[in-house]
Amino acid sequence: MNDDSVYDGLLGGDSSQWAFGTDFEDPLAGVDTSVPAGVDAAELAVQCLRLGDDALILSQRLAEWCSRAPELEEDIALANFALDLLGQARLLLARAAAADPAVVPVLPEGSPVPAEDALAFFRDAGRFRNVRMAEVPNGDFAHVVARLLLFSVVRLATLERLQDSPDPVLAAIAAKGVKELTYHRDWAGRWFVTCAQGTDESRRRLLGALDQLWPLYDELSTTADVRDGADVVLDQVLAVAGVDRPQLAPLSGAGSHTEALSLMLAEMQVVARAHPMGRW
Amino acid sequence: MNVRERAAAVAAEVRDPEMPMLTLADLGVLRDVQVDGDVVVASITPTYSGCPAMATMRDDLVHRLTDAGFARVRVRVVLSPAWSSDWITESGRAALRAAGLSPPGPAAARSGPVPLTLGITRRELTCPRCGSRRTGRVSEFGATACKALYRCDACLEVFDHVKEI
Repeated sequence: MNDDSVYDGLLGGDSSQWAFGTDFEDPLAGVDTSVPAGVDAAELAVQCLRLGDDALILSQRLAEWCSRAPELEEDIALANFALDLLGQARLLLARAAAADPAVVPVLPEGSPVPAEDALAFFRDAGRFRNVRMAEVPNGDFAHVVARLLLFSVVRLATLERLQDSPDPVLAAIAAKGVKELTYHRDWAGRWFVTCAQGTDESRRRLLGALDQLWPLYDELSTTADVRDGADVVLDQVLAVAGVDRPQLAPLSGAGSHTEALSLMLAEMQVVARAHPMGRW
Repeated sequence: MNVRERAAAVAAEVRDPEMPMLTLADLGVLRDVQVDGDVVVASITPTYSGCPAMATMRDDLVHRLTDAGFARVRVRVVLSPAWSSDWITESGRAALRAAGLSPPGPAAARSGPVPLTLGITRRELTCPRCGSRRTGRVSEFGATACKALYRCDACLEVFDHVKEI
């Protein structure tokens, strides 16, 4: 043992001791990632990027809530949603990269950064495919409740349908995600009703947040079937809450980003980008 | 005992890093152990997509098998079917109770669209310490995100309940 460095003793020559063994492991290790016949690999990769980017970007926004929620239980709930979405993002970005390696940014020769991280940390805002609902800055607690409700009703409807995807990897990721999103949606629905039926102030804040986010709702659904499935559940929540659908038109420019994404990515990516050859 | 059985027996003893009273076999995470030539291939299924303990589980499997003399070990992820708390074995449930944790009830059966539940999740739990049914929820999150925190009104202890998924 070398007395010059406390870390030498801790490692004990074993590089995968768990405190230090949090190296990037392929979340799809050993999974057959060949693309089935009849599935367009490039289209599958784009589909996985869209779902993975939504999860990654909203996860980052929810992580900003850490230590700021009105009480400890809800603070942990928000961090837990961020963790679930980050797990989904890792699987989906890894699946996108395996389906179509052309989507992965090129890093310097010999870089140890795995494909999922290259996608997360080395793309500029213009190459992200997430919806604007995931990226707009946080507001008050009513804002995160409204955002999670609108986002989760559509994501759950999307993942429910993708359980039958012709790609077995995407189908399996979706089936796992359905279990997680079920709780996200229930939590958001419950707090939506609570805020709506609470005090005049909580209702005022909730309606304000809903109006702010409503123009971004339309962009979430990729098919009419998903939209119908999401609307049924959303209308149940609105009915219990005694809240009318806002009469506001969708915001134009679906598929584009707000400036908030660039600012978020600058913070999220700065360390990884400074060390493209780094081992963590 | 042949090589595969020996490897399977070693792998079955590896414990969950967050609930060390459970083996990965008890938890239902360890799905299969095969020997392919001179490589041991252990298959595991993630509990939650973002579970931070997965990397540790993989490392521990590699360590224990390597220590037991298997030079080449590969850990394979199996995504489908998705893990369910229903896969926790009877001996695992007994181990949870013995350690003061409340084991999960049956996970919700699904068919068709996932129903919306606006009420708080209600569970009729038995205190793992004193056996009383006078228990109440403190928080839907306990020591880890996969557990809820409950209180026993009889013995006044708090306890963790492993959530159904």
